[in-house]
Formats: sequence, C-alpha cells, structure tokens
Amino acid sequence: MNIPAELKYTESHEWVRVEADGTVTVGITEFAQDALGDIVFVELPQVGKSFDAGTDCAVVESVKAASDIYAPIAGEVIAVNEAVTDAPDQINHNAYDAWLFKLKPANVSDVDGLLSADAYGKNIG
Amino acid sequence: MTTLKQTPLNAAHRAMGAKMVDFGGWDMPVNYGSQIDEHHQVRNDCGMFDVCHMRVVDAKGDGVRAFLRYLLANNADKLATPGRALYSAMLCPEGGVIDDLIIYFMSEQWFRIVVNAGTADKDIAWMKQQAAQHAPQLSITSRDDLAMVAVQGPNARAKVWQVLPQTRKATEGLINFQAADCGEYFVARTGYTGEDGFEVMLPKEKVETFWYELNKAGVKPIGLGARDTLRLEAGMNLYGQDMDESISPLEAGMAWTVDLNSERDFIGKAALLANPPTRKLVGLVLLDRGVLRGHQKVVTAQGEGEITSGSFSPTLEKSIALARVPSGVQVGDTVQVAIRDKMLAAQVVKYPFARNGKGLLNV
Repeated sequence: MNIPAELKYTESHEWVRVEADGTVTVGITEFAQDALGDIVFVELPQVGKSFDAGTDCAVVESVKAASDIYAPIAGEVIAVNEAVTDAPDQINHNAYDAWLFKLKPANVSDVDGLLSADAYGKNIG
Repeated sequence: MTTLKQTPLNAAHRAMGAKMVDFGGWDMPVNYGSQIDEHHQVRNDCGMFDVCHMRVVDAKGDGVRAFLRYLLANNADKLATPGRALYSAMLCPEGGVIDDLIIYFMSEQWFRIVVNAGTADKDIAWMKQQAAQHAPQLSITSRDDLAMVAVQGPNARAKVWQVLPQTRKATEGLINFQAADCGEYFVARTGYTGEDGFEVMLPKEKVETFWYELNKAGVKPIGLGARDTLRLEAGMNLYGQDMDESISPLEAGMAWTVDLNSERDFIGKAALLANPPTRKLVGLVLLDRGVLRGHQKVVTAQGEGEITSGSFSPTLEKSIALARVPSGVQVGDTVQVAIRDKMLAAQVVKYPFARNGKGLLNV
C-alpha cells in the first residue's frame, strides 16, 4: 500500500500536505479509496467556511457506501478541487494527486499532532 | 467472535483476488477489483456469481402441488409444464413476507424451491411446520449437499455449454424461467441480474472445478457489489431491504405475484384482503448530484415515504432507487429526497431501469 513518507495522516484516513505557503492540502489515502471501491460522487465544502479539527466537512461516496471526510486540523477552506467532483474516479486512480480541499490552518503547528507515514502504516497494518 | 460461514468457493475467491466481506454471516466476495467493471461485464458479456449461500429445498411426495398452492402467495397451478419456474412470496398469516423464492415444478411428486441465504433456516422451519399440519406425507429436505453458481449475461449460456457440453441438449430449448434436471447438474434459465443466463445447481464437491473451468472459458467472477447494482437496475427486490415480515407484498411491488382473484386460499390471503395497500414501491432517479441510499426520507405531495434500496447505476450513470411512497404518487412526479442536510430532487419513474444490456429510462 502506497503511503508517501512526506505526508501526514489521520486515523480517519485523510492525508495532509503542508505547502510552502503554510496552507495544507487534504485528500484521502490509498487505503481509504481501496476500502471504498469505485467512487462515484464527491461533495466538497464551501470555500470560505471554517471547520474545527475532526468535524465532517466533505463526503466521498462509492457505489457501495458514503464516507464522511473530516477536517484534519482547524482552518478555513481556501480552495476545493472541482476536477474530482466532475470525475470522482480520479481518487481511485491516484489518491495522492486527487486532492479534495485546501485549508488555511488556524495554527499550522497543529499538523505536528497528526500521524507520520510510519505511524499511519502501522495503524492500517 | 463468531466464525463466518464459507462456501466451497472460498479459496477460489481468495486466489482470484477478491475483497471479502461479512455478508449476513457468510464470508463472501464483494468485488475482485472494480465493482463497476464487473457490472458492465455482466451486461455486455457474462460473469459468474457464487450463490452457494442460497439454499435449495426439495419438496417431495403426493400432493406437493396442493401444499404449495396453500403455502405460497403465487399460484403453483400456473406451472403446467415440467421444468417451469415461478417467483413467489411466502407470507405469514399477518400478510408480511417471510421470504421471496423461486419454485421449480419438476413432477407432481417433486418441486424444487430456492430460498434466500439469510432466511433459509426460518423458511425451512416454517415449511416443515405447515407441512406437518396440512401435508404430513411430504418430505421437505434442505439440500446442503448442493452448490449453486449463477452465470449471467448475453454470452452466459454459450459458456456453460462449452464447459458442460453434456447439458446442452437438455437445456438448449429452455425458455426464461424453466429448468432441466441433467443428472448431477440442475440447470435453470433464471437469475438476479436482468440478463439472460443460467443458475446451475451441482454437487458441492464439483463446484470448484466448475468455477475454474468457467473462468478458463473466459467467464469472470463477479462480486456481491455488482450483484446488487445489477438486481437494482433490473428492478428486483432484495429481501430484508425492500420487504420483510412487516411489509405486505402489495406494498413491495409484488402485486403481480399475488393471486387474490381465484377461489384458492393461501396463508396471508385474509390479511391482504383486510388491509388494502396504502403505499407502493416506485422507481426514483435522482435529478440532482448525489447518491440515493436505503432509508433516506422521500417527501411527496401525498406524504412521506422512504427509499428501500438505492445506489449508483453504472448502466445509466445516474443514481437510482426503489422507494415506498403513498399510493397516490404517480410516474413523472418530482419528489424530494433528504440526503444529509439537503433536500434533492428525484423523479418517479417506471422500473426496471435496465434489462438485457440496455438502460430503459427517459428522464
């Protein structure tokens, strides 16, 4: 299972990438897309909305099930990936390219509290 | 932790890369990769399903037809030619559905019944109890020695003949809903996909070889995920979702299988006559973006209803559902479905949504 070392992870299977400008990009992991199966619908948050860490802010639905996506850390949504709403199966094909939304963190240091690739790998192992 | 039950094909599923899930206590394949690809495979070519968890029951003896005439809501007298099959509900005295099943008329001494996996023990206990009262001379036997594989799709029959050439002569002339007893192989032109094909019952110890031979002939394995979207597109009920013991067959889209006109008495008939339906099962197509799912609330001009089965239709590339709504709702109406915090628009449509490789919808 592909778990890129440079990303951070949550127990609820989101991946998080800290960008050079201090914003974070969020998607779902290879493990999550594999467990869901063929993804057919994605509902993304509104740009400008703020979320607390751990609150549900998006939905990914496969043929068989709907799965809530949680904000990994507190922050404001500054962008969403419209391309995955039009072609949700991109997440199945490359979970780490098909990001869902970008957050401006309330505190960028909150990212330090997330799981490392190693820790996430052990979690799903 | 209880151990999951396994079919004789368990090792084969794992060898073929299946993702296994707990399906009502059975360790079953949900897919072998992409559920959508498997769905299209069946609509466009053919695929095979492990349905060994379903139960074959043989009812044998003098007067078996008369017994089934009383036991079931559909009329066993419709079966005049040996081999012919009939879909029926088995009702409780209160008029709810104990199970939906298929009966095959093989002779006046032998009817074969195929029931759902999750209800099999309950069904057989009920049949035996009724037989003890009304037809004690009959034997009701659970055929735990048999396995069952469904091969479905436009090329399914040809593939079965390739693997079992000895059954071809007896099964070439079968019409839809007819079966032939070919010794070790019982071959029925039935299924749960809306496609042509066979359901083959055979001795358990032969099923793994049969499965691999079909695969060698180019038949791909199909998981329960695609089985569900295929049956939903075909407008076929799933027991436990679209109906159960608390639901009248008349409110579950099964009125066509219930014979209320003849003089014949059957278990549940009095309750059905005393309680005319106030709801009905309809098809829905979601007009907005999203996915319809079981238990979502449906709001109509005539009152509220509920989705019983919903999913994404790979054939139509839209979300579809079966929903139980007030009887006054009509095809063409627009209704609202509560999905999380939104009310989304859906259109009431005639179903099936797809059959024989083609979508049947004009929205």
